Amino acid sequence: MNILRKKSKENLLFSETVIELFIRLCGISSIIFVFGIFFFVFREGAAFLFTGLDLKEFLTSVEWQPTSLNNKRYGAFALIVGTFSVTVLAMCLAVPFGLGAAIFVSEFCSPKLRETFKIVIELLAAIPSVVWGFIGLTLMNQLIIAVFKAPIGLTMLNGSIMLALMSVPIIVSIAEDALKAVPDSYREAAEALGATRWQVVYNVLLPAAKNGLLAAVLLGAARSIGETMAVLMATGHSVNIPSGPLSWIRTLTATIAAELGEVARGDEHYQVLFIIGILLFTITFVVNLIADLVIKGIREQS
Amino acid sequence: MQNNSQVGHGIIGIFVLTCSFVICGCSPKDNESVASKEAAQVIIKNKGSDTMVNLAQAWAEMYTGITTKASVEVSGGGSGTGVAALINGTVDIANCSRQIRPKELELATQNTGKIPQEFIVGYDALAVYVHHDTPIDKIAITELAEIYGENGTITLWSHLGIQHSACPSDKIIRISRQSNSGTYFYFREALLGTNRDFRIGSLDLHGSKDVVEVIGRTPCAIGYSGMGYATSHVKMLEVAADPDSPYYRPTLENVLAKTYPIARPLYMYSLGEPTREIKVYLDWIFSDEGQKIVEKLGFVPLESN
Repeated sequence: MNILRKKSKENLLFSETVIELFIRLCGISSIIFVFGIFFFVFREGAAFLFTGLDLKEFLTSVEWQPTSLNNKRYGAFALIVGTFSVTVLAMCLAVPFGLGAAIFVSEFCSPKLRETFKIVIELLAAIPSVVWGFIGLTLMNQLIIAVFKAPIGLTMLNGSIMLALMSVPIIVSIAEDALKAVPDSYREAAEALGATRWQVVYNVLLPAAKNGLLAAVLLGAARSIGETMAVLMATGHSVNIPSGPLSWIRTLTATIAAELGEVARGDEHYQVLFIIGILLFTITFVVNLIADLVIKGIREQS
Repeated sequence: MQNNSQVGHGIIGIFVLTCSFVICGCSPKDNESVASKEAAQVIIKNKGSDTMVNLAQAWAEMYTGITTKASVEVSGGGSGTGVAALINGTVDIANCSRQIRPKELELATQNTGKIPQEFIVGYDALAVYVHHDTPIDKIAITELAEIYGENGTITLWSHLGIQHSACPSDKIIRISRQSNSGTYFYFREALLGTNRDFRIGSLDLHGSKDVVEVIGRTPCAIGYSGMGYATSHVKMLEVAADPDSPYYRPTLENVLAKTYPIARPLYMYSLGEPTREIKVYLDWIFSDEGQKIVEKLGFVPLESN
């Protein structure tokens, strides 16, 4: 009996160690992957970044002519402007809807309705981006032509609407968590003072959850910047400095997606596409970092 | 505690089971059968033009279903790559969307002792598309060069001398292809030669079909795509080399008569007279069945005899 118990204890100890090791590995792997990806992207682009590329031309010129036979030019300015303009417009559309929906779900709706809402919003997040792109290419294209009398519907506006629809679920779920994190004592105190529901939201909850809401918006923006397939299909994919929402544009991500597939490995063009990757990495890293610091700020506050 | 340990054993058990499945997955029996199958088969190596790679792939796939005697291995890389492999004697058939150069022919003959044989297997013809309501029927290559080329002088429909009432802005919207497609390269070369680039700001779409679809909804647009993609919403323009030359419609007859200016033959080259399985394969490509695939992929098939 004694021996048996000892043996099972040994077994227990062994399996415990194995499982712990496995879980530890899972945790560390994500860090390894991030650094691995950054290292790979950097390595592929580094040679040309430091030796051949005219960085000033890359950041300021609109001449993107990577396949020219005699006069290759790698000016990514229009692509950078394209990425930022489509993201900003997407946020202008997504933030009011996202925050509004979050406030509604968290404060105004009944528990039963809330569950339904959450499921539907999660469903929205599950739609693959290529499907959004297809909707942009066909349905939204015709809609924009009809509504705005635009010559063509594949525009910045079209891409922004698609991006907004994609980032709304992220904004809603994070913003709702932030609102939920506000202690009920705040609400009760405000109501005790005779505030209406809207006054509670506007004067108490929004200031209290400010940082969490900002983080929600920033993570939504990061999603928009990184999005590829939908903007590739919906924005017209044209190297062009936009003059308004009805201009067509091209983004950094879409350029990589469209051109990387058929470019010779190690070629200048190949390396420039990786340098665009480094640029994108940096942009999303900065945005995520800001969001993280903001969220950290909330934790320390509470 | 006792319970937990059993769960732990269970998990480990599942791991072991999964691992053993993975290891047993590739049993020696499968390997043998694959090897014996390949031994009886001749492998035809086929390499070259990226424009033709889909076509070559489609042929190869279809051919696998027809015969067990040969299978075809297709890879792209560009016409130059195909010819280089031919010179080195490492491929059986090279795909080429341009004719082989005399220098390359000489090198190949010197290196391998066999004279490369030329076969035209189909044609690649590009049609210039506009919206159905555009009041224009023909266009010259020189005009297209000014529309698409860098520092081009034609940006408005009125520059072409037409009053485009369905397009209030009068601006020509240029539809192009993404810069890595073979169609893009061929159209650019046909219009601008090798010294001039396309002007930036065109809408670079993803596929041949997308081009026609977008033009069908956009009265201001002009674009190019394979002539097999026409729909009732668009019209194909007659094309001439310059405004003083005769204009030709993009039809099979004009392509075959070599009068339509933006069409090119698609070549396959073999080392020496094709032998046995290679000959059978090429003969099959020239058959009705093989030529049907040419048409299906948006190229122009050879004249049916």
